[in-house]
Amino acid sequence: MSSYLSIENVSVTFQRAGVVSDVLRSISLAIEQGEYVSIIGHSGCGKSTLLNVVGGLVAPVSGGVILDRREVAGPGPERAIVFQNHSLLPWLSCYENVRLAVDKVFGRTKSRAERHDWTMHNLQLVQMTHAAAKRPGEISGGMKQRVGIARALAMEPKVLLLDEPFGALDALTRASLQEAVSEIHARVGCTILMITHDVDEAVFLSDRIVMMTNGPAAIIGEILDIVLPRPRCRVAMLEEPRFNQYRQKVLDFLYSRHAARAA
Amino acid sequence: MTVLAAVKSDALPEVASQSSAAIVKLPQPKRRPGRHPAFAGQVLASVVPPLLVITLILIVWQIACGDPASLFPGPLSIWEQSRELIVDPFFNRGGVDKGLFWHVSTSLSRVAIGFSMAALAGVLLGVWIGANKWALRAFDPVFQVLRTVPPLAWLPISLALFREAQPSALFVIFITSIWPVIINTAVGIRNLPQDYLNVGRVLRLSSAEMFFRIMAPAATPYIFTGLRIGIGMSWLAIVASEMLLGGVGIGFFIWDQYNASRISDIIVALIWVGLVGYALDRFVALLGRFASRGTAAS
Repeated sequence: MSSYLSIENVSVTFQRAGVVSDVLRSISLAIEQGEYVSIIGHSGCGKSTLLNVVGGLVAPVSGGVILDRREVAGPGPERAIVFQNHSLLPWLSCYENVRLAVDKVFGRTKSRAERHDWTMHNLQLVQMTHAAAKRPGEISGGMKQRVGIARALAMEPKVLLLDEPFGALDALTRASLQEAVSEIHARVGCTILMITHDVDEAVFLSDRIVMMTNGPAAIIGEILDIVLPRPRCRVAMLEEPRFNQYRQKVLDFLYSRHAARAA
Repeated sequence: MTVLAAVKSDALPEVASQSSAAIVKLPQPKRRPGRHPAFAGQVLASVVPPLLVITLILIVWQIACGDPASLFPGPLSIWEQSRELIVDPFFNRGGVDKGLFWHVSTSLSRVAIGFSMAALAGVLLGVWIGANKWALRAFDPVFQVLRTVPPLAWLPISLALFREAQPSALFVIFITSIWPVIINTAVGIRNLPQDYLNVGRVLRLSSAEMFFRIMAPAATPYIFTGLRIGIGMSWLAIVASEMLLGGVGIGFFIWDQYNASRISDIIVALIWVGLVGYALDRFVALLGRFASRGTAAS
């Protein structure tokens, strides 16, 4: 079996004050090229840790990740991450934030003019060319996240990792960003792995939803295939019976069978 | 303030329209109509209140010390007694009989040399200590104790070490202003957001790139906070140490006038000291705003 991205028997433990705690236990997951997969679970279940393992920011104690027949060792631009809090560098303009990534990834293969065009192209994908010259401090949270997405896309990643990308946004901004990501996914055809705790968001965007049990030592509880035609329209989805069935299944998993323990 | 607010509220509504956006051209930096009158208003609003307060202080001072028998001169008698000093800062009759400009520039050149050394050494040490958990733990208590030593307390040691006025003065500036620079730089490096470092790691920046593209700019606001405190302290140090060292310099001038019982000259010199100290602080703050590309407060 050789999937495009395969997570194989990944276990992660954290050590804090001499106490070793299991975070993830033997997680395996196969993702095909161009697929949009969401990982959903209660907070503290280790879903972000799993994303960081794929991103190379956290090393697993056992198991490994193979992307396009190569084992992942450390972070790299072929697994671009969109961070929850955008992580734009505040001293650079939006353009320069994206350009830094473009220069680093394509510095040897593209000419200066091509790198400029590629930077602008990616800002255009997220509809942010109008704010190219602005600093992150001068634009709204939703716009910052758009630039963060543009920066990740500009690395031309094999897999785009989204770490609760819309978590810090208000509902309306979140909806418009979800549509933007959905559109980009259709246009660019990139493989996407997204962490979320929003059920509607997961069903609306994904081809598959991976539901994780509660930590410590979280495992994959269930995987749900979402068979809905694309492009998906938010309003039409409300009347789509399958959309509601999928929602119910995820809600049932999260709240009936694996309810969060009292925090 | 009103101008700033107008710019911000202009930019925000664009969020609502962006989901249906076509390609938008880069905006030209546009000049807002009516900006110049607003700017003039702002200048007036920030200049008039301090002018009023200064006038008020002068009036009260004159009333309190206007009596010719008063031990402390009022503004008018200062103007009478020290007119040459106020009007012509550039006269030079050789020796120490010079205009205040020459005394101040001697002091400033000492500050420039001593403080540059402190800034350079302080930033380098601060980066090293901030990047190294054990170095921070080991050195921090030492710095916290040394930074509270008053500038003049270093002078006898300095004189014993260097035996001459000029290097002693430089050393006192160096040793008083280096601590805030080290401590603030170390804190800046220590407080680097992990997210910025992760961005650098995903981009596979080399360690040099990581330092110059991520760490140095992220720590710049902290570094300039340290530099601002540092330059203030070096100005304190130089005025105090020149009083004891003699020769040329604004500190020595003050001491010399004290010995000559010319209180009004001392007051003129004090105003110079204050204005120059303020200018130094603004200069470093502006430099910081420029270097951090607007992310440092000034």
